[in-house]
Amino acid sequence: MGMNSVTNIGRNGVQDWIIQRASAYILAFYTLFLLGFFATTDVDFQVWQALFDQAWFKIFTLLALLSIGAHAWVGLWTVSTDYIKSAMQRFLFQAAFILVIFVYVVWGIQIIWGL
Amino acid sequence: MNSKRPVNLDLGKFHFPLPAITSILHRVSGIIIFVGVAFMLYGLQLSLSGEEGFSQVSDLLNSFLAKLITWGILSALLYHLVAGIKHLLMDMGIGEELESGRAAAKITIAVSVILIVLAGVWVWA
Repeated sequence: MGMNSVTNIGRNGVQDWIIQRASAYILAFYTLFLLGFFATTDVDFQVWQALFDQAWFKIFTLLALLSIGAHAWVGLWTVSTDYIKSAMQRFLFQAAFILVIFVYVVWGIQIIWGL
Repeated sequence: MNSKRPVNLDLGKFHFPLPAITSILHRVSGIIIFVGVAFMLYGLQLSLSGEEGFSQVSDLLNSFLAKLITWGILSALLYHLVAGIKHLLMDMGIGEELESGRAAAKITIAVSVILIVLAGVWVWA
């Protein structure tokens, strides 16, 4: 087992592929929903707050946030294994972006639930 | 002299086929979005902090730099979305042959350019 199989999110390529696809569908729907919302609504603070006050949208946003984390993990892992040849440099890069993903997820949860 | 001896290929004249370019752009746009998430979370947090924070974001979005960053992130997002949908269609077996693959790459570029221009009009108008 090399360093690559330590840092990928799934246990193998098939799992990575499924995680990437499932998160892609969620992110596509979330993006299209928000674009549609902005296109059809005159967004002021009340409207914006009301959207993020609804339980279903908090959960949808959390799902999108976790999807960003998983999707970026698979994507950046793939890209880094393609371009960074030195195992130590690659490992450090992967550790750094996994840390950023963690920060994003925690930060996002704080925003959604106003912690 | 042996006429079959190898020639030095002129690497400057080689160019990537369009499907290779759309693939690299997919990766580049993904990295831009990943960095852009920090800006989006910052904007979301400020906009939901209260009336004042919301108008701060509105004011911020009037500045040239913020408009440029917003358009940049939107462009990366729209491209990544369009190229991603192409991948999902390829999962279903659509656009996997040489000819249909080239056509799909052309459509990806064309649709993305239209959406990016529309996003530019939305941001700057």
